[in-house]
Amino acid sequence: MSDDNQASTAASGGCPFSHSQGVGEFADAFATVRSQQGTMDIDDQNDPVKMVLGLKSVRKAAHNWKTFQSGAIPGRIVVPSEVAIRTIRQLPFELDPPMHGDFRALLEPWFKRPLEPAYQDKLITTIHRLLDNVQNKEVDAVSDIALVLQSQALTTLLNVPFAESDTWISWGTHVFRSEDNPLDADKANILYDYLDEQINRARKTPSDDVYSLLCSAEVAGKKLTHDEIKGIMVLTFAGGRDTVINMLTNTLAYFADYPNTLALLRDKPEFITSAVEELVRYFSPLTHMGRVATQATEVEGQAVDQDSRISLCWASANRDERVFENPNEVDVTRKMNPHVGFGFGIHTCLGAHHARTLLRLWIQALIERIDMISVGDFEENVEVWAGESDTVERKVGFHALNLTLKSIADKQ
Amino acid sequence: MTQIIFITADEQEHVLEADSGSLMELAVANNIAGIDGDCGGVCSCATCHVHIAPEDKARVGEASEIEADMLELAENVTENSRLCCQIAISDKLEGIRVTVAEG
Ligand code: HEM
Ligand code: FES
Repeated sequence: MSDDNQASTAASGGCPFSHSQGVGEFADAFATVRSQQGTMDIDDQNDPVKMVLGLKSVRKAAHNWKTFQSGAIPGRIVVPSEVAIRTIRQLPFELDPPMHGDFRALLEPWFKRPLEPAYQDKLITTIHRLLDNVQNKEVDAVSDIALVLQSQALTTLLNVPFAESDTWISWGTHVFRSEDNPLDADKANILYDYLDEQINRARKTPSDDVYSLLCSAEVAGKKLTHDEIKGIMVLTFAGGRDTVINMLTNTLAYFADYPNTLALLRDKPEFITSAVEELVRYFSPLTHMGRVATQATEVEGQAVDQDSRISLCWASANRDERVFENPNEVDVTRKMNPHVGFGFGIHTCLGAHHARTLLRLWIQALIERIDMISVGDFEENVEVWAGESDTVERKVGFHALNLTLKSIADKQ
Repeated sequence: MTQIIFITADEQEHVLEADSGSLMELAVANNIAGIDGDCGGVCSCATCHVHIAPEDKARVGEASEIEADMLELAENVTENSRLCCQIAISDKLEGIRVTVAEG
C-alpha cells in the first residue's frame, strides 16, 4: 500500500521519459488480490460485496443471470449502493429476462443509429468545431474537452437540439454525485426534474427525439409509464456520462505520454478500430457492476449466500494475465482482445455503438490535426475499494488535466 | 477471388466474393443479417457467430483457446460454431457455405 490514501492525487507536469510516473499510466490495481484470492470482499453500507476479479469467472457470472440477477430492488446492484437514495428502477439495466429482453428490443434499433453515416457526419462536425475552439492553448481536458464533447455527442444519440448540451454542460462533471457525498440525493434531483419536464413536453408536442419515441412505444402490449421512461433516460444520462468523460480524457492523457502511438495511428489508421477496443480494455471506464445472488452458490470456489451481492469487476478481468499477453501494456494492434470493458452477456452496454463510434472519430480527428499534446497540472481521480482485509486504489481518470493540443497546422 | 456463401436465418443464400480480410468483414460489408461484428474482429463481442458444416471444418481450422472460451458462453452454440472474425479468407475456403447462428 502506498502512504497516499486520498481519493485524489495532485501532481504537476508529465515527464515523457518516466512512463511509470506518467499521466498515461493506469496500473492494474487488482493484480495482487486477483492472483492470490480471485475475489475481494468489500464493505458497502452493511451490504457487503464480493468482487469477482478473473476474466473467466466474471464472464461466467455475467452469463448466469438466473443465479446472479440484476432485477433486485432498485439501486442495489450499483456499488456504492443507491438503495437509500433512489426508488426509480433503471431500465433495461435493473431487469431480468423476459422483461429485460422486451425493453432491449425496443431500445436496440435506436442505439444502433451510431452505425449510420449521417449520424457519424454529425459527430465529425461536432468534434472539429470543438478542436477549433480548444487547440493550441492550455485547457482542462475534463471540463473543456471531455464534458463538452460527451454532452454535445449525446444530443445526437438522443436526437434533441444541440443547444440542450449547454444545459448538461452547465451541470458540471459531478451532477449525479456530489463531491463530498457520493450518495447525495439532491444532486440526482437536478436530472430527475429535467427529465420530468422533457417527458411532459414530448407528450404534449411529440417530435422525432428519444422522449417522443418512448412516449408512443409499447412494451409487451402496454404503453410505458412515466417512471419507466424516466428509468430509461436516467440510465442514458448517468451510464453514459462519467464513462465517456473518462474514456475521452484518458485517451488524451495516454497520447500525451505516448506520442509514438499517435504517430503510429497516423501512419496506419487501419488500426484505429483495434485501438478503440484496446483503450477501452486498458482504461475500463466502468470498474465493476453488482449482481444479487438468487440462491446460495459459489464463485472462485468461495461461498456466496443467497440474497448477498457480488460484483463483476470488468477492470480487473481486463488485466487478467492468464488471458492477455502483456496485460498492462497498450498495444493498439492487439488482434485477440476478449475484453469485457462494455460488459458481457445480456446486459452488455447499450451505448457501446455510440461510445466506440465517438472514440474512433475522436482519434481520427486527433491524428489528422494534432501533432503533440503537452501536459500541465493535473489531479487524478482515484477510487478506493476497501474491505476488512484488502484495500485497493484504482485510478479511473482525472478530476482535472491541464493540457495543450498542439496542432499540425500550427507547427508548419 | 474466393467465393463464400452465407446462409441467413431466413434461409436465403448470399453469394459473396473476396480475396482477403476475414469472413466477418466480408459479411459486415455486405450487410449480412445476424453478423454485426461489434468489436471490429478482436474476439470480444461474439456478434459474428456462424456454424460451419462438419465436412468443411478441416479446411477452416480449429478455434483458438480464447475463441473457444468465448463460444462456450454464446447463444445457440454447437460443436460447429465459430466466431467468423477469426476466419481469414483464402482460396482454401473456395465455395464454402457458412450458416449465420441465431440469437
Ligand atoms: C466508454 C463508455 C462506456 C462504458 C465503458 C460502458 C460500460 C458498460 C458496462 C460494463 C455495462 C454492463 C453493466 C452490467 O452488466 O450490469 C453497461 C451497460 C449499459 N450501458 Fe454502458 N458504457 C459506456 C457508455 C455508455 C453510453 C454512452 C450509454 C448511453 C448513452 C450507455 C448505456 C448503457 C446502458 C443502457 C446499459 C444497460 C444495458 C442493459 O442492462 O441491458 N453506456 N455499460
Ligand atoms: S467481431 Fe467481435 S468477436 Fe468477432
